[in-house]
Amino acid sequence: MTPLIKYLLHLADNTLILSQRNSEWCGHGPVLEQDIAITNISLDLLGQARNLYSYAATLIGGEATEDSLAYLRKEREFRNCLLVEQPNGDWAQTILRQYCFSQYQYALYQELLNSKDPQLAAIVEKSIKEVAYHLRWSSEWVIRLGDGTEESHRRMLKAIEELWAYTGELFEAADYEKDLQQEGIAADLEKIKQEWQLKTEAIFAEATLPMPRNVFVQTGGKQGIHTEQLGFILTELQYMQRAYPGAKW
Amino acid sequence: MTLPRIFRYGDIPEDKSGAAIISKETKTDWPLWEVFIRSKQGLDHKHAGSLHAADAKMAIENARDVYTRRMEGVSIWVVESKYITASNPEEAGELYEPAESKIYRHPTFYELPDEVNHM
Repeated sequence: MTPLIKYLLHLADNTLILSQRNSEWCGHGPVLEQDIAITNISLDLLGQARNLYSYAATLIGGEATEDSLAYLRKEREFRNCLLVEQPNGDWAQTILRQYCFSQYQYALYQELLNSKDPQLAAIVEKSIKEVAYHLRWSSEWVIRLGDGTEESHRRMLKAIEELWAYTGELFEAADYEKDLQQEGIAADLEKIKQEWQLKTEAIFAEATLPMPRNVFVQTGGKQGIHTEQLGFILTELQYMQRAYPGAKW
Repeated sequence: MTLPRIFRYGDIPEDKSGAAIISKETKTDWPLWEVFIRSKQGLDHKHAGSLHAADAKMAIENARDVYTRRMEGVSIWVVESKYITASNPEEAGELYEPAESKIYRHPTFYELPDEVNHM
């Protein structure tokens, strides 16, 4: 498997798994309007995953399709970051997870607009407006909850505690990223990390939330070593195709 | 004696909460907003519906998610429902009925030449 295929799967898995997590809110959102907002985001992410899987499938060739990549790979073959597979928790935790990912994804996609792989650059260009909206929406929610009531502030603090260890992995380049970075296809994660921290510090300051320092970094997702969460997600996501192989609508 | 009042769609009750049925929970929570969408450049904003939001920014974003998912709009206005003053349905008689007998206000008594289209 070439580094480019691994990288595309990494990008696609990030969006698919986060989409699946967000979709768990469908019908359970705190208010009707936010139920629609989070499921809209979920659908955006699913669309992004489909574009990336389709491109990866053409490179893999043979029987591979976007569906086989989403439904027929095992846990260890998924390369998503650990952050996106973490449970929804309460609304604060879902919001913080979305914010951390969107801020990262926006900075990353801005770099990938100049990727030397034209197909990847085109997919990114198509998605970046959606990402910009997710970032705006989640940033406002972080500020609203952080600088809200005593309870919402407390819940944000708890969310930070739950999730922060998983944010560091976003910026640690896997071997395939390092290879592609040299070819100008993947982005320089060091640069993205700096932007992410700068922007997040500003938003946290407005939200009256403390920015954690020197937190232990959990890694592994990009190489297929996941937390216990992913298995449960895939069990639900892949159930139909596993139980009824080849089933169609 | 207080007579029961019937609120039709678009009527604003006197407490100005903006809807006939509104649960106590949402009432103390987020205010109601009316949403107006312009579907194309050059057309007017039209009332699309209402929703709950904590502030104007959130109302715009909620409106975007609730009312423009299928490319219905290019511009959104929101206004808190309490700022809309509505005519009272009980006064419908004095407000609207006097116009009923004045059909001469409609331009239906002119003979149009055949060459004139689109009137």
